Amino acid sequence: MIGEAGSGHPGGSLSAVEIVTDLYFRVLRHKPLDPCWPERDRFILSKGHAAPLLYAALAECGYFPVEELLTLRKLESRLQGHTDCRLIPGVEMTAGALGQGLSFAVGVALAGRLDSMDYRVYVLLGDGECDEGQVWEAAMAAAHFKVDNLVAIVDNNGLQLDGWNRDIMNLAPFAEKWRAFGWHTVSVDGHDLARLDAAFEQVRSVKGQPSVIIARTVKGKGVSFMENQVDFHGKAPNAAEVAMALKELE
Amino acid sequence: MSEIVSLRETYGKTLAELGRENPDIVVLDADLSKSTMTHFFASEFPGRFFDCGIAEQNMVGIAAGLAASGKTPFASTFAVFVPGRCFDQVRMSVAQPGFNVKLVVTHGGISVGEDGTSHQSIEDLALIGALPGFTVIVPADAVETDRAVRAAASCCGPFYIRLGRPKLPLVFGEDYHFRLGKAATMKPGQDVTIIAIGIMVSAALEAAEKLGHQGIDCRVLNMSTLKPIDEEAIIKAARETGAIVTAEEHLEHGGLGSEVAQVTAKHQPVPLEFVAIKDTYARSGKDGELLKKYGLTADGIEAAVRSVMARKK
Repeated sequence: MIGEAGSGHPGGSLSAVEIVTDLYFRVLRHKPLDPCWPERDRFILSKGHAAPLLYAALAECGYFPVEELLTLRKLESRLQGHTDCRLIPGVEMTAGALGQGLSFAVGVALAGRLDSMDYRVYVLLGDGECDEGQVWEAAMAAAHFKVDNLVAIVDNNGLQLDGWNRDIMNLAPFAEKWRAFGWHTVSVDGHDLARLDAAFEQVRSVKGQPSVIIARTVKGKGVSFMENQVDFHGKAPNAAEVAMALKELE
Repeated sequence: MSEIVSLRETYGKTLAELGRENPDIVVLDADLSKSTMTHFFASEFPGRFFDCGIAEQNMVGIAAGLAASGKTPFASTFAVFVPGRCFDQVRMSVAQPGFNVKLVVTHGGISVGEDGTSHQSIEDLALIGALPGFTVIVPADAVETDRAVRAAASCCGPFYIRLGRPKLPLVFGEDYHFRLGKAATMKPGQDVTIIAIGIMVSAALEAAEKLGHQGIDCRVLNMSTLKPIDEEAIIKAARETGAIVTAEEHLEHGGLGSEVAQVTAKHQPVPLEFVAIKDTYARSGKDGELLKKYGLTADGIEAAVRSVMARKK
């Protein structure tokens, strides 16, 4: 998709493949043919640059035809460079400017509680995204309002556009920060489906506080020349690289 | 002299009434509920009121999530903080998806007074007015505040309603029928039109009365819906009176004056004068002193009318 588009963010899409796959194929209660079903679990992509990953999952689930994926970022396509919730069934929120998804997710979770609905709200953040102050405003509010139908997942690939998190803006001690903000905190290998599954199951029983799953991941996972390469944060592979990458991913 | 009534208090009480009628109305504030008067709603519906603390970006994001889930959120704070503190949240989380979020802000303009320039919102209408899909209303008195808040509750889509801190004289009776997107003719007239919003409407009426004694027949329009603006009323005023003065408690750039200039330039060019703050920040002082210092008074409007009349062909 990104190769065909000629621009996009492969690294941060690949790092969260298992997270999003597990959510859409095992965790979420959803109906692809009824995307506005009021009782659906919500998945909110806060790191909007991983749009290709979300589009791929939605298409594979049947929200729209798989063939449409190759129109990514093209004029008149519904598949915008960053997600636009007005255009695509199944996309809950417009994203792209980082740091806004967790606040939105708190609002969705509060509405569910007000309406006595039992849906759950999942929101995927990047680790670099957690530089944004709004993330911590929202983290404080979620714990304050005791929204236990909210699960945040952090794609903790350690890299952001300019380099390693620890060199650009150190997040450590990361899990301790979430704990101190009042969150039930779980750390897992974000590429291990069984462990992700277990983590999602475990946080279901948490009451009176929100949960965060810190998923340790590798940026560009699955493509040897993209793994941990900051250059592939926001650069599309060329035709030869696409062929190599697809071969490795098979 | 007409009765002086608080717009903020009216907002708070109307909101509580709406809360009784519509269980989907929820209210958010950012630690200013005693000033924005959302406390009336909070005390009656504590389960539907969310004080987000001093975190406006987060408040706007939560409001967007509530709106996306079928609620009608009203989020309030001072006009300097929304949109000033959270423009990108208003833009991407509310305007771009077109969510049904009602931003009702208080302490707009310089009449907030002694708190000084950090608390005086004189750019907000330019910022919010730039966002596609937003409806922007600046009520002229307490009656219109009530009507505008009710209109916002009953229409889908993002709204920005800007109220001031001071109590204002009533310019409308209880029988006032507010029409969204339509200017209200406060006084007919043939020689010149004064188009005003908010606190400047009563000043415009005062100026028109004085000028009337001197043989200048002023039409006064209250353009409370700043966006979408009533182009028809502006074109008609330009055609029939041949000169326009705008009056607003905002920077000259990007507010009512700019909008009126754009409409007349496109459809019916006429001489214009702008009563507004001229590319500067104000100071601390009493609201009346500040309005006088920056020319936002009946006298200021009168001078602008004389000047525009002199340019009229």
